Amino acid sequence: MSIMTELANRDQVFSFLTPTDSPVDVRHGPILYMEDVNVSFDGFKAINNLNLTIDDGELRCIIGPNGAGKTTMMDIITGKTRPDTGSVWFGSRHNLLQMNEPDIASLGIGRKFQKPTVFEALSVFENLELAMAADKRVFPTLTATMKPEHRERIDAVLETIHLKDLRDHPAGILSHGQKQWLEIGMLLMQRPRLLLVDEPVAGMTEQEMERTADLLTSLAGKQSVVVVEHDMGFVRSIARKVTVLHQGSVLAEGTMDQVSNDPEVIKVYLGEDA
Amino acid sequence: MWLTRPLQERSTQLFLGILFMALLVVSVLHVALPEGHALHVSAYTVTLLGKYLCYALLAVAVDLVWGYLGILSLGHGAFFALGGYAMGMYLMRQIGDRGTYGDPVLPDFMVFLNWQELPWYWYGFDMAWFAFAMVLLVPGALALVFGWLAFRSRVTGVYLSIITQALTFALMLAFFRNEMGFGGNNGLTDFRDILGFNLRTDEVRLGLFIATGIALALGYLVCRAIVASKLGRVSVACRDAEARTRFLGYRVERVQLFVFVVSAMLAGVAGALYVPQVGIINPSEFSPLFSIEIVVWVALGGRATLYGAVIGAILVNYAKTVFTGVMPDAWLFALGALFVLVTVFLPQGIAGLLKRRRKRNDDTPETSSTAEATA
Repeated sequence: MSIMTELANRDQVFSFLTPTDSPVDVRHGPILYMEDVNVSFDGFKAINNLNLTIDDGELRCIIGPNGAGKTTMMDIITGKTRPDTGSVWFGSRHNLLQMNEPDIASLGIGRKFQKPTVFEALSVFENLELAMAADKRVFPTLTATMKPEHRERIDAVLETIHLKDLRDHPAGILSHGQKQWLEIGMLLMQRPRLLLVDEPVAGMTEQEMERTADLLTSLAGKQSVVVVEHDMGFVRSIARKVTVLHQGSVLAEGTMDQVSNDPEVIKVYLGEDA
Repeated sequence: MWLTRPLQERSTQLFLGILFMALLVVSVLHVALPEGHALHVSAYTVTLLGKYLCYALLAVAVDLVWGYLGILSLGHGAFFALGGYAMGMYLMRQIGDRGTYGDPVLPDFMVFLNWQELPWYWYGFDMAWFAFAMVLLVPGALALVFGWLAFRSRVTGVYLSIITQALTFALMLAFFRNEMGFGGNNGLTDFRDILGFNLRTDEVRLGLFIATGIALALGYLVCRAIVASKLGRVSVACRDAEARTRFLGYRVERVQLFVFVVSAMLAGVAGALYVPQVGIINPSEFSPLFSIEIVVWVALGGRATLYGAVIGAILVNYAKTVFTGVMPDAWLFALGALFVLVTVFLPQGIAGLLKRRRKRNDDTPETSSTAEATA
């Protein structure tokens, strides 16, 4: 932003005055604030004037047909994709558009990928160890030692994600559902303020899905959780507030019942003739 | 301290034990037995073994970046050669006025080219401490600049391999030029003294052999310490899932840069120890073929084990010595065939063979069945 537009912008503190290493400020309620965000890839508008606010401690489900921009939205929040226009704030102090992926991650935004991504050559325990909130610069990492309290914390998370028996096995041998859990466990180790969870129950059995639903609902309140999911039954079982994305912008927002009775949503999901 | 941590591991103790035993046996057989005795190790063999140990250290350096970080460097010969040139420049300055032309300052090739004074970048190389520091700093600085540019732009995989290959090729062409002031085609040779000791005596050759063994032990220890630390696990994480590592809050490009620079420095040390033992350094060490050969050693020995790289380097170079003596023309075919056979039948190299055997011995049926059940 050029200096002139910055000086003319009276609703914001000058960017050089905003502290960069301060804690996340959620006194005003929202932990994530996206305004007028636009992204296009080769002329295709993946995100089109998206406005989205997530409150601190909220559990929010985001649904939408394929190509609605759900994954692109997560890419923007985590710093992987830069929007063409718009602003994205974490709390009321941190401008996410000026930060890179590791900085955003250490600020407290954790992300689970659509396809479970764990470090297959490392053991389940080591996967969690690497995810643990710590000084992640090169030399502190080189000289880091495992303290008893770290071990306890990892064991506690292992308990939560039901992988205690597989602690020392390489993550590569886990089943699809177990990998999903391990990845959620890695997010928990980061102690994030905001969890972005992309399709957490893909490839899970009915029973595993229930456990995942319990896990995610128990996290909300302490942390904010944003879940992107296709499985409507699962969304219904955890959601308090649902946002429907369509063609890169918000189509409807509300409780599951409100949303599923919205004529616009029905049209998008079931086609024009429904 | 993190550096001494690997000393408690059994594999490291075993490796260092075997290495020091080998050094001791060779030294004793060389010194104690008279020439002509069946078990006497000649000075020629000692130097040859020293050369193998240099290659082994180089292979360990390559294994650190390739095996654990997933960066296939096809240009590590460049760091090896730069370390070698730094040592060569020191050895050239040590000749003093004993060269063919008797110039007290200028090396022979400069007198031959009618140069009047020493180029500025040759200053300081008459002092051992300066030259030895350059052995580490020059390859390290090149790796730092090169790696910073490459990793910052997230160049990895095949593209990075090709660029490293181009790097070493470009340096080879540059060092071939006489105007560069590094002896051009002929390189640097005719060395006499190192630290005041005559390089052409058997005692000094044995000393260099032992020094190389110690350097290999220290290099192995440094690599092992990095690999066994949390940073080593982060490297493996970068290798297998770079994006995930970034979203956990690690700066992948800095991890890559650090490991790459350490590896380049180790390669430089290997080159510096190589030069006084073979008695010459010339631009052929920069040749792309040599850098590829290093990768073949590591692949044969087994990636991501470190000791596998040592085994691979020594075995392949021993085979090369034997083969080029018997059938010089067939060597490259033999090397190619060996590489293909190992990739097809032993994807984890010789170390994989050792590992599999050990696993069979101490694997309890219980753990293997749970592994199968969950797979």
